Amino acid sequence: MTAVQKLARRRVTPPAPPDSDRAAYRATLLDLARRDPRIWCLDSDMGGLEKQFEAELPGQYVDVGIAEANLMSVAAAVAAEGMLPFVNTMAAFASARALEQVKIDIAYHGLPVRVVGTHSGFSAAHLGPTHHAQQDLAVMRSMPNLTVMTPADVGETVRMVTAAAYLPGPVYLRLGRNATPPVYSEETKFTVGEAISLRDGGDVTIVAAGALPVRLALDAAERLAAQGHAARVLNMHTIKPLDVAALVAAAEQTAGVVTVEDHSVLGGLGGAVAEALAEHRPAPVRRVGMADAFCPHPGTHAEQLAAAGVSADAVVTAALAVLHR
Amino acid sequence: MTTAAALDGTCDVMGLHRTALAVREHVLAIAAGPIGTHVGGSLSVTDILVALYREVLRVRPAEPDWPERDRFVLSKGHASAALYATLAECGFFPVEELATYGRAGGRLMAHPTRAVPGVEFATGSLGHGLSLATGLALVAQREERAHRVFVVMGDGELQEGSVWEAAMAAAHYGLNNLTAVVDRNRLQINGSTEDRMSLGPLADKWRAFGWQVSEVDGHDFTTLVPALRTPAAGGPKLLIADTVKGRGVRHLEHRKQGHFARLGPQAYERALGALREAA
Repeated sequence: MTAVQKLARRRVTPPAPPDSDRAAYRATLLDLARRDPRIWCLDSDMGGLEKQFEAELPGQYVDVGIAEANLMSVAAAVAAEGMLPFVNTMAAFASARALEQVKIDIAYHGLPVRVVGTHSGFSAAHLGPTHHAQQDLAVMRSMPNLTVMTPADVGETVRMVTAAAYLPGPVYLRLGRNATPPVYSEETKFTVGEAISLRDGGDVTIVAAGALPVRLALDAAERLAAQGHAARVLNMHTIKPLDVAALVAAAEQTAGVVTVEDHSVLGGLGGAVAEALAEHRPAPVRRVGMADAFCPHPGTHAEQLAAAGVSADAVVTAALAVLHR
Repeated sequence: MTTAAALDGTCDVMGLHRTALAVREHVLAIAAGPIGTHVGGSLSVTDILVALYREVLRVRPAEPDWPERDRFVLSKGHASAALYATLAECGFFPVEELATYGRAGGRLMAHPTRAVPGVEFATGSLGHGLSLATGLALVAQREERAHRVFVVMGDGELQEGSVWEAAMAAAHYGLNNLTAVVDRNRLQINGSTEDRMSLGPLADKWRAFGWQVSEVDGHDFTTLVPALRTPAAGGPKLLIADTVKGRGVRHLEHRKQGHFARLGPQAYERALGALREAA
C-alpha cells in the first residue's frame, strides 16, 4: 500500500490531490514560513497543516481548534504585533460564521491578515450546502480594506500566495480543494489587481475567476471559435480591487461581457463587473453563476455546478446572446 | 476609605480617588454632550481603568506605541467615555479633546478606534476583546517578550460564545502573561444578568476552563491594585471585579435605566452634584 493509500484509509475525507490549489497553497506557505519567521500559520482543525507545520515550525503554528470566531480575532492581534498570519478555514466559515471578526478585527483595523478560505463554491460538493460557499465573494468584496483574490491554477496559486504574503493590508484568498488542470503553460507575470488575458478575441469577452470558471471560459471560447466567434478570455483573479481598465477595454473592443464564477450570480464577480461597466462603459453583460438557490441534491462538484447553471454550455449560450443582441 | 495601601506605599489611594473623580466628571460631561454615552458601565469600570493606568500598566503616554508597553484592551468598548477620560487624565491626549466626543471631524467615537492614542483595538462589538488579548499574549509568549496583556470585559458580554472560545485557547496555551478582568456590575440593558441570562456560578465556570480566578472589590483600590499587579503563574488569570453600575452617582447606581444616557442640562447638574457630594 502506498503512503497516500494509507493516509486515505485513515481519513474520512481523502487528502486534497497534490495538483489542487489548496495543496499548492500549503506548500507555498510552508516555503515562505521557512524563510520568514513572521509568517504564521493559524489553523482551525483543517487537517494536514499540523503535520506540515507543527513538526517543523512549531513557533509559527497555532491551532485554535474548531473556533473560527476566535481564530480571526487572534489572527488580527498576531498581525498587530508584527507577524504575517495566514488563517486557515473553509470559505463557508470565513465568510459567514466568523464574518464579524473578519469585518471588525481584520478589515476595519486594516491588519495584514491573510484569510484563506478553502472548499469555495461547490468544491466541498459532497458535504452539501452547510459547507458550500456561494456568497463569500459578495460578502468579502464589500469589506473596506480587503483585497479579494482567487487563483486559476496551481502555478498561479504559488504566485498569488507569494504576492499576498507581503501586501500591506488584509487579504481574502479564495481556494478550492479539488485538482485543477494547468491554465498556464509557463510562468506568467502576476500582479495583484491586473487581469490576465488568456485568449485574444475581438467579438465577445468572457471574464472568469477561479480555477473551474477559467477552465469553463476557455472551453467555451474554443467552442465559440468553432462557430466562428473570437472570444477574449480574461482571468479576473483579483475581484477587489477590480481591474476596471481591462473591463472598459473589453466593452469598447468587443460586443459585450460574459462573467463566469462558481459563486452565486448575486454580488460576486458578475455583480462587480456589472457595477463597474454600468458606471464606466455601459455594455451588454450576461452573468453565468450559481442560481440563487441552495444545492438540493448530492453530487460531484461538476454535477452540482451544472445543475446550478454553471457550465461551458451556459457560457456559450450567454456569449451568443451577447453577440446576437 | 482605607489608606492601608497608601501607608505601606504600594499605591497612592488618595491620588487614585482624585483621578477617578475627575474621570467620572468627564463621563458625565460626555453624557451631557451631543450623543450621550453609556454612563452606567463607564462609571462601574472607572476605578478599574484608573487603577490599571495609574498603578499597573507599564505605558508611556507620550509614546503610545512603545514596543515594550503592557497591552490593554477594553473589550466592553461601550465604556469609551471612561477609557478616553482615563487616557486623557494620564496624558495620552489633552483633556480638552474630550469635548469633541461624538462630534463630526473628531476621533472620539462612541466606541474606541485605533486613531485614539493608547487604544490597541477598535472594540464594542462584544466578545472580541478576549480573543484579541489572547493573540497579543500568544505573540508575547512565543517571542519571550516581558510585557503583560490586560483585557476588561463586561459581565453581560460573557454571554457571547466567542468569549468561551478564547477562554479555552488562552488556558490551552498557558498564557500566564494574560490578565482578564470582568466588570461584574450585574446589569445589562434588559435587567439583572442573572435574571436575563444567568452567568453564575461565574468563578467556577472560569476555573473549569483552566483559569486562575480571584474575586475582588472593583471599587477598592487597596485590593484592586495588588490583585491587578500580581502576575499569574501557570495560566491566564481572571479577576471578577465586583462593581456597581452607575457608581458614584447615587440615583444612577444599580439602575438599568442608567445604561445609556444623554443628560440634559438639569440632569447633568443633578448628576454632577450627586457625584461630588458622594466623593
